[in-house]
Amino acid sequence: MKRIKRANFRLHEFIAESLIAAVAFTSFIFIFLILIFVFRESIPLVIGKAVDDVGNVSLRALFSTTAWIPVSNNPRYGIWPLVVGSIKVTLMALVIAFPISVLAAIYTATLAPRRVKEIMKPTIEILAGFPSVVIGFFALMVLASFFQYTLGLKFRLNAFTGGVALSLAVIPIIYTITEETLNSLPKTMTEASLALGATKWETSLFVLLPAATQGVFAAFLLGLGRAFGETMIVLMATGNAALSSWNLFEPVRTMSAAIGAEMAEVVFGDAHYNILFFIGVCLFIFSFSLNAIAEFFLKQRMMKRFKGGA
Amino acid sequence: MKKRILNQIRVIAVALAGIMLFVAAAKKTITIKGSDTLVILAQRWAEKYMASHSDVVIQVTGGGSGVGISALINGTTDFANASREMKKSEIDKLKQRYNTLGNEIKVAKDGITLYANAANAVDELSLAQIKAIYLAEITNWRDVGGDDAPIVLYGRENSSGTYVYFRDNVLDGNDYSATMQSLPGTAAVVNAVVKDKNGIGYGGAAYAEGIKVIKVKKDASSPGYAPTAASVKSNQYPIARYLYMYSRSKPTGAMKAYVDWILGPEGQELVTKVGYFPVK
Repeated sequence: MKRIKRANFRLHEFIAESLIAAVAFTSFIFIFLILIFVFRESIPLVIGKAVDDVGNVSLRALFSTTAWIPVSNNPRYGIWPLVVGSIKVTLMALVIAFPISVLAAIYTATLAPRRVKEIMKPTIEILAGFPSVVIGFFALMVLASFFQYTLGLKFRLNAFTGGVALSLAVIPIIYTITEETLNSLPKTMTEASLALGATKWETSLFVLLPAATQGVFAAFLLGLGRAFGETMIVLMATGNAALSSWNLFEPVRTMSAAIGAEMAEVVFGDAHYNILFFIGVCLFIFSFSLNAIAEFFLKQRMMKRFKGGA
Repeated sequence: MKKRILNQIRVIAVALAGIMLFVAAAKKTITIKGSDTLVILAQRWAEKYMASHSDVVIQVTGGGSGVGISALINGTTDFANASREMKKSEIDKLKQRYNTLGNEIKVAKDGITLYANAANAVDELSLAQIKAIYLAEITNWRDVGGDDAPIVLYGRENSSGTYVYFRDNVLDGNDYSATMQSLPGTAAVVNAVVKDKNGIGYGGAAYAEGIKVIKVKKDASSPGYAPTAASVKSNQYPIARYLYMYSRSKPTGAMKAYVDWILGPEGQELVTKVGYFPVK
């Protein structure tokens, strides 16, 4: 009797276990399938078989042409303006978001009274849950007019406005990870520093922050990845003109915005279609490597801590 | 007691679901997709038509002429709205997949309207000037009789039929200047020009609200016309065009009834109300 019961019990367990494993693998498989699909659709371009209405489009043309005019009687697919656009907006966003979020993290993790922290931390984290459309809309209607008016800009929508809006999306990411890293530092560190006569802010800035460098760096990379891949905000707030100038106050078209704006209308199998997927592959590789590096740094830090090195 | 109420709720829910299924099955659904220029008119048509024909459900979505025609080719819509004619390559694809050449119906006329900010001093532009502005050969309003201020170009995304029509008919097939900011939808273009005192934009006549409509001259010496019913009808307005609905083959049944209604007096009256111009 007892044995049968146990066997039954094991069957349940087996089913439950394999069910959970299957679910876990499904998400893994999804990622893998997406990967294969995106890569496959860009292959014709890589092997030189991409054809549009005019003729053959080679991979080299993407890098040697300087104009992005995909819908034209003489289509040109230079991705340089898009790359410049992405870099410009991303850097702008990080220049604003990085100092703000790291300082905010230091404040709430080490200096702030508990009550302030309890309000501030969730508030910043709510920002992460903001739909990017809402941020984009805010940038389009409010930020753009504000900056044009105060700075006397020629263009209402430009890389600067887009970057500021994008920083709103990046701040919670950098903040959360930096904050967590600072919190996970051993208490003894703070105590030792204070005991040696350092003030509170000296402790935070010169003892705790250096100890958390790797976590901060990882946060920076993840923020970078988010900014680079974000589509909706830049689509709405940057004006989408494919210019390859480094002027911050001119409109830009980023790689992700180009995909977002053009994917819906391309004819399947056309060179334009392959190229959009190729841009997708570039974005994927970029953010994948960023995440991998960030993961590596976060893990290394944890290992160090478990070994008692920190 | 609680259980009884719960049971009652259940019965009602099942009955409701049943009714909804029945209604859905009895109704004929027509899907329409495409041009953002046409979408405000198509929605009004659908509303009015459904109000008097309760057996038909019409779903209208925008996205741009290219999107609609792609959907027609991919078989995901019954009608494609378009603000340009189908390209030969698109007809070829239809032929390949369905062995039809597509059925074109001209449903309304539109004058492509040049929008400027209400504070702009310029009243009229010739076609050559508009072309030069969009090719960035003229970059200051001073050169076309306005104030000394840079011209900021707004246009549509490249999935738009208006983008293609404007390029082929005003820019003579040349590409827009790279400095043109492309915005999703005509409403976004109008919105941008409302907010930007140096902006210029183009799009359907029905969207012209809160901005100044620039009169268009065929050439430097001819008189300028605003896109009005009279000037579009008499072809005096130089950039008037037809708006189309495409189907894969000649419409039959509910689809035909809908098209007939659109081309009839009731449908064409709505065209004028929305701000476009009747076909005839």
